Amino acid sequence: MNSLWSIALATLAKDIRLEWRSKDALNSMLFFSLLVVVIFSFSFDPLAEESRHIVGGLIWVAFLFAAVVALNQTWARELRNQVLDAYRVSPAPANALFLAKALGNFIFVSALEALMTPLFVIFYNLRVLGPAWQLLPIVILGTWALVVNGTFFAAMSLRTRSREIMLPLLLFPISIPAVLGMVNATTSILTGEASAHFWLVLLLTYDVVFTTACLGFFGLVLHAE
Amino acid sequence: MTDIPPIITVINVIKQFGRFAALRGVTAEFESGKLYAILGDNGAGKTTLLRALAGLARPTRGEIAILGKSPKAACRDLGYMAHPSLLYDEMSGIENLRYFARLYEIAGDGRSRQVIRAVGLDPDLTRPVGQYSQGMRQRMSLARAVLHDPKILLLDEPFSNVDVHSAREMVGLLKAMRDAGKTIFVVTHQASLLEGVADEFVWMQAGQIIDRTKGLSRMGVQ
Repeated sequence: MNSLWSIALATLAKDIRLEWRSKDALNSMLFFSLLVVVIFSFSFDPLAEESRHIVGGLIWVAFLFAAVVALNQTWARELRNQVLDAYRVSPAPANALFLAKALGNFIFVSALEALMTPLFVIFYNLRVLGPAWQLLPIVILGTWALVVNGTFFAAMSLRTRSREIMLPLLLFPISIPAVLGMVNATTSILTGEASAHFWLVLLLTYDVVFTTACLGFFGLVLHAE
Repeated sequence: MTDIPPIITVINVIKQFGRFAALRGVTAEFESGKLYAILGDNGAGKTTLLRALAGLARPTRGEIAILGKSPKAACRDLGYMAHPSLLYDEMSGIENLRYFARLYEIAGDGRSRQVIRAVGLDPDLTRPVGQYSQGMRQRMSLARAVLHDPKILLLDEPFSNVDVHSAREMVGLLKAMRDAGKTIFVVTHQASLLEGVADEFVWMQAGQIIDRTKGLSRMGVQ
């Protein structure tokens, strides 16, 4: 267990260092999200009341699409020079690699969310009418839901010829329950019309189930030929 | 054959990729402390055999035993150097090795610095590996493969794109490692570099071992 976390943290530190030097994932995610915010704000020209009902969906769809960019990058750098083989021949546990990649993606997507949320607030003239503190667990659980499956399916599509198309095809359908939970919970809090409790429980359950499943099957994915 | 038990046993190994058989019933035993040069034309199955020994390609049929264990179970005793460098281009040599050392639970920088020096490079070089010359990259790749002091080294084309001088230096390194008791497998197209150094030349053709010789010349073959 110690070795699992020690290797996961070493891999996470390595990934953060690589991303800091290249900024491949962060730059493309930021550019993509900015485009979504600007295009939608021009298309809708929403009033404050109206925007509270639609922005929950917009924000999460923007983050979902942007996350796909980061998810593809995560594994792409392991394919250059076949570095993944160096991991595969080592005694390091497969789950340490998965945890590191998922945590890394969580950090990158969270950084994107932290940068983009103020823009959403400004462009859509948002004011939260419900309990604002509940947005924090929604963001944490929602982001984890996106990256845990995304990391797994990105690894699965690694050896396919058109992996950048394959990832959304695998990820989006399985993310529907989580996206529903994130959008409805966010909208409930922004409008203050309903409780987000049910959606939070749904997100938590989704995260537990898929994290367990991904950890259980990742060894097969890593060592598949 | 001597009475010494083989360090690696390969029994009737077949490896298929779809309908193509890269290995067609390879059976062989390899002794400890020897340097084997694996030779053959492109597509002969040399790299596939090496990847099977490394545990990266699971045999479709047959069995591989390394020190009596499966390749995966024997991974601490195996060092693998592939044709690509297996290194992160954006990180320096010591940063790469520091990371790989953690995978083998090797604490501190001492061992990483030692192997970098052993392959003739400077551990304090801050340049990212992506900016190394091909020769330096091959040496760093060898340093990564020997980082955890494995008993068996599997090297795929270690001299490719390396100038003659650097290649000779690498051969010297391999000879020293063999003399220190390591078992080394070298897949290469530059067999002449290993003449007088390799203990045995293993000849492959169409996914099979067709001959094993002490010298580079084969009976009846030009």
